[in-house]
Amino acid sequence: MSAYAIDSDRIGEEALESPSAARSAGGPASKRVYVGYGFWIFILSDMVMFSAFFAAYAVLAEARAGGPGGRQLFDLTNVAWETGCLLVSSFACGMASLAAASRNALWFQVAMAVTFVLGAAFLGLELSEFAGLTAQGDGPQRSAFLSAFFTLVGCHGLHITAGLLWLLTMMAQVVAKGFRADILRRILCFTLFWHALDIIWVAIFTVVYLMEKTP
Amino acid sequence: MTTLNPERARPAESNGGSAGGSRRYVALLAVATRAAACPLALLGGCRGVLDPQGPVGAGEKLILLDAVAIMLVIVVPVIVATLAFAWWFRASNARARYLPDWSFSGRIELIIWSIPALVIMFLGGLAWVSSHDLDPAKPLPAGAARPLQVEVVSLDWKWLFIYPDLGIASVNQLVVPAGAPLHLRLTSGSVMTAFFVPQLGSMIYTMNGMVTQLNLQADHPGSYPGLASQFSGDGFAGMHFETRAVAPAAFAAWAADAKSSGPVLDASAYVALSRQSQDVAPFTYRAAPQGLFEQIAMRELPPGPGPLGGGSSPKSEKAP
Amino acid sequence: MKLLGRLGWDALPLDQPIPMIASATVAAAILAVLAWVVIRGRFPYLWREWLTSVDHKRIGVMYTLLAMVMLLRGFSDALMMRSQQAIALHSQGYMPPEHYDQVFSAHGTIMIFFVAMPFLIGLMNFVLPLQLGVRDVAFPTLNSVSFWLTATGALLVNLSLGIGEFARTGWLPYPPLSELKYSPGVGVDYYLWSLQISGIGTLLTGINFTTTILKLRAPGMTYLRMPMFCWTSLASSLLIIAAFPILTATLAMLILDRYLGFHFFTNEAGGNVMMFVNLIWAWGHPEVYILILPAFGIFSEVVSTFSGKPLFGYRSMVIATMAICVLSFMVWLHHFFTMGAGADVNAVFGVMSMIIAVPTGVKVFNWLFTMYGGRIRFETPILWAIGFMVTFVIGGMTGVLLAAPPADFVLHNSLFLVAHFHNVIIGGVLFGAFAGYEYWFPKAFGFRLHRGLGKAAFWCWFVGFYLAFTPLYVLGLEGMTRRMQHYDVPAWRPWLLVAAVGAAVILAGIVCQIAELAVSIARRETLRDVTGDPWDGRTLEWSTASPPPAFNFAILPKVRGRDAYWAAKHGAQEQQAPSSEPAYEALETPRNSATGFVCAFFATLMGFALIWHIWWLALAGLAGAWATFVVFAWRDRVENLISAADVATIDRENRRARLEPLAARTS
Repeated sequence: MSAYAIDSDRIGEEALESPSAARSAGGPASKRVYVGYGFWIFILSDMVMFSAFFAAYAVLAEARAGGPGGRQLFDLTNVAWETGCLLVSSFACGMASLAAASRNALWFQVAMAVTFVLGAAFLGLELSEFAGLTAQGDGPQRSAFLSAFFTLVGCHGLHITAGLLWLLTMMAQVVAKGFRADILRRILCFTLFWHALDIIWVAIFTVVYLMEKTP
Repeated sequence: MTTLNPERARPAESNGGSAGGSRRYVALLAVATRAAACPLALLGGCRGVLDPQGPVGAGEKLILLDAVAIMLVIVVPVIVATLAFAWWFRASNARARYLPDWSFSGRIELIIWSIPALVIMFLGGLAWVSSHDLDPAKPLPAGAARPLQVEVVSLDWKWLFIYPDLGIASVNQLVVPAGAPLHLRLTSGSVMTAFFVPQLGSMIYTMNGMVTQLNLQADHPGSYPGLASQFSGDGFAGMHFETRAVAPAAFAAWAADAKSSGPVLDASAYVALSRQSQDVAPFTYRAAPQGLFEQIAMRELPPGPGPLGGGSSPKSEKAP
Repeated sequence: MKLLGRLGWDALPLDQPIPMIASATVAAAILAVLAWVVIRGRFPYLWREWLTSVDHKRIGVMYTLLAMVMLLRGFSDALMMRSQQAIALHSQGYMPPEHYDQVFSAHGTIMIFFVAMPFLIGLMNFVLPLQLGVRDVAFPTLNSVSFWLTATGALLVNLSLGIGEFARTGWLPYPPLSELKYSPGVGVDYYLWSLQISGIGTLLTGINFTTTILKLRAPGMTYLRMPMFCWTSLASSLLIIAAFPILTATLAMLILDRYLGFHFFTNEAGGNVMMFVNLIWAWGHPEVYILILPAFGIFSEVVSTFSGKPLFGYRSMVIATMAICVLSFMVWLHHFFTMGAGADVNAVFGVMSMIIAVPTGVKVFNWLFTMYGGRIRFETPILWAIGFMVTFVIGGMTGVLLAAPPADFVLHNSLFLVAHFHNVIIGGVLFGAFAGYEYWFPKAFGFRLHRGLGKAAFWCWFVGFYLAFTPLYVLGLEGMTRRMQHYDVPAWRPWLLVAAVGAAVILAGIVCQIAELAVSIARRETLRDVTGDPWDGRTLEWSTASPPPAFNFAILPKVRGRDAYWAAKHGAQEQQAPSSEPAYEALETPRNSATGFVCAFFATLMGFALIWHIWWLALAGLAGAWATFVVFAWRDRVENLISAADVATIDRENRRARLEPLAARTS
């Protein structure tokens, strides 16, 4: 019977010894594994959302309705500072997860505080850029291009804001509850989130600012 | 009122349908009976897509029928087999062989992957070729005559047809010479909708800020209902127009007549026309300036003002 | 700034009798139920056992219940549309356009987002962990949040019946019609916020199920041993993860246009309508498969169980499922061939769309050969499955027809299209949901549904479907476009009358279903399933008691092959001995949490406030939802311990129930 030959998972077949069976023979994964796994999937879905905003930006990049384009509007120095803040904050965030791994509450809090300050600085720079553009009449209502720009960059900014709020609650949770297993899992998720925002920022930096400024 | 327009009652009359008045329901019953007896005959008389009056519609009908015929070859046996298997292998049938572990057969697998694959390859080829043949933007073989140019603007909720070569325009009435190709360029003066004359074929969207193209032809003189086929708001159901294909001489007479009467379609007349209105009776403009269509399509003229009538909505000022 | 934003007494539709009476009736019914619950002192029970439950089985039941209630609402809209069109020849019928337009928009929105989605997600919730042989989904509290956010969306849509209005744009709000300029009222805002809020719930569900299927399976449950329903649920969840963020982004852009004067899709300043149409269908087409794939899984389980055979061509089915999952992202343009994209683009997307018919066709053949050589018991679930197979191939045929661009040029947006997608959504998704409901009901509640009424419901639906939608195919060929509030072609009238009769027959089917449920509850003692395995099932959910204990399985089952329970059952029969009693251990179940309910309460406030521009309340709602999560994060005890003795007591009963028939069969 050819069926039995190629299909070892049929009923009644003793196939626990097959290599594919061995991998999942152990049953459900540990909580730490699947919590991180689930959060990765969330990050992927978030990336899909950003890619929709990226697509909108690409489609509307030339739809300026007689208004200015990125070349006239963007200030690369400001963007360089933003990028610096965010990248260093990611480094600090990595330090925080190392501190958490070695259960060092003091260094954890210090690293998280540095992350927060740098993240807040990024947000401040971004808001000042937005405020400047709006004040000179180049707000998101000016053209479809500016709508797409404010939405794409602003969506990242909203993520940073949410991340900062989350960061504060993580610091508070460590103070209140210590390095409990569930809190460690949440720290893992937070660091994944913060690094993912970096990746998205690098894409924004490249697609929005660099490609617009370089001929 | 288009709803009482005798022109529109005609399709059913010629079909032996409604005679109006108290006998309408009797007549309806007759139509229903005929519908049950011979659906295709009814369809044929119903001015739908199965009764094409031009080469585009005829081509599309052919594709439609071919594709259905090909698929029925596989669909009918599947339905019959489903019912037959279900009946024969019922638990109470002692003569049916029970194969409690049978769940694989390489030969059957091969067949059940190949049948749909082959059918789809065939249909896909048909779709590929016919997509190119019947591309709405592809010009029709013109013969001697240059295609008649018509610029179509959808508004809330009526159709504006501009004849750039003749310098005239009409609302809710598309008059064309029979037997000559048409080249339509379409846009919208307000929301997105679609232009469709079922008997001529190929519907196409109209969108503000965008120009779509469509080539059609009516082979014979006649009146073919046209409609908006993408929902566009409260007046949508009444947003139809009559396509009247007439002999070339009659077309010239109509154009001359239109040129001699009616208002002028300038920018301010267009803005007035673009306000929302329903069930507009057909009329013509004796003059339409060159380039008006481009101005509408390129948003140099303001888009339709919407339900609040003004240039922009007062509600938007409430937003922070 | 007004304290209540745009909200005022004029929001109540006092001049329109139909929505006024309908909303008053619904409000009275809800109040009556609430009063009954409170007076009878059942509120603590309801709160403890249901509203705050994080048990996947309870959440699944609540999802299904939500879907059924919303089905009644969506079907009322359908009846109104059919009767309006039956009347409105040369006349305005009984509904003016501004009302009719809301009815068909609400019908589509409710049926897709608040009937089909919650019905299937409810069944997945209930069944997945049981079939995978585990104790719950990966994130139980998140699961509860998902459900309550979906319920919030449903609530907001229905609030629009009595307060303000619903969208008048169709179920997909194509701009510029949905922009502020052409739809200045609150209708589109109701649509946008209810979908944004419920969409977050759906996305979280997708993440939850994907993690559950990929990371939580019983020992020995390899991918190729998973029941087909788990595979199709996996494919569906992956599609949710990849597609729903696109919907969120697209609706967010429309929200920004409407609320902050952005220009994504407006007629001014470079806005681009075609981008909306592309983005919405980049979500919309996968959405179709998010709905149909789990239904395919249900049919696979049902056909195999009631034929008494393993599913034919399991590997083909897996390949076909995953092929559909991938291909569904490559065909979105077939929803707008008439945009004028050009012959090459249209042809590529036309051919791609047709290619999906290959794996789908393979599935139909596999069900066919699953029945071949079977011993088919015509219980209610398989009637739905056979009805599906017959109906779905017709829907598939018209779908392939519409995938040929030249045919689509004359059929797009016509009633032919409406008939096609009802053919696949009723004949596929809804029949699948009903089959699953009939099939798993005894597992969920411990008693079967009444057989006669269930079969009567099936026949009414089946016949009613053909009566209601065959005329629409014909009308589409006659050139009747969809969404017409009135028309003046007399020849259309007879077909619309037949369609209205069809809707009435479907109504009879729904009445039968309500009666079926009521009668079954009344006669639950005679319909009781004591064995836990009423259908002679094949997969692991039938190895536990009906209804299953909170922890599902006392000992996680060891899976040694496909159709794991069938193998174990027959192994025990052949050896004429059941497996020996396992050593029970204490185990933990997730503790109830009000997070989902409270969070949804704040989300409702926020959504309502945003719709009516009550900014302070929107901020308060957002802050409340955030605070709820912080409070949740602070709790110390997350699980309940069930002692080994309790586990043993519960499980011994289940084992005893199974030993009796085994003893009877082996003796």
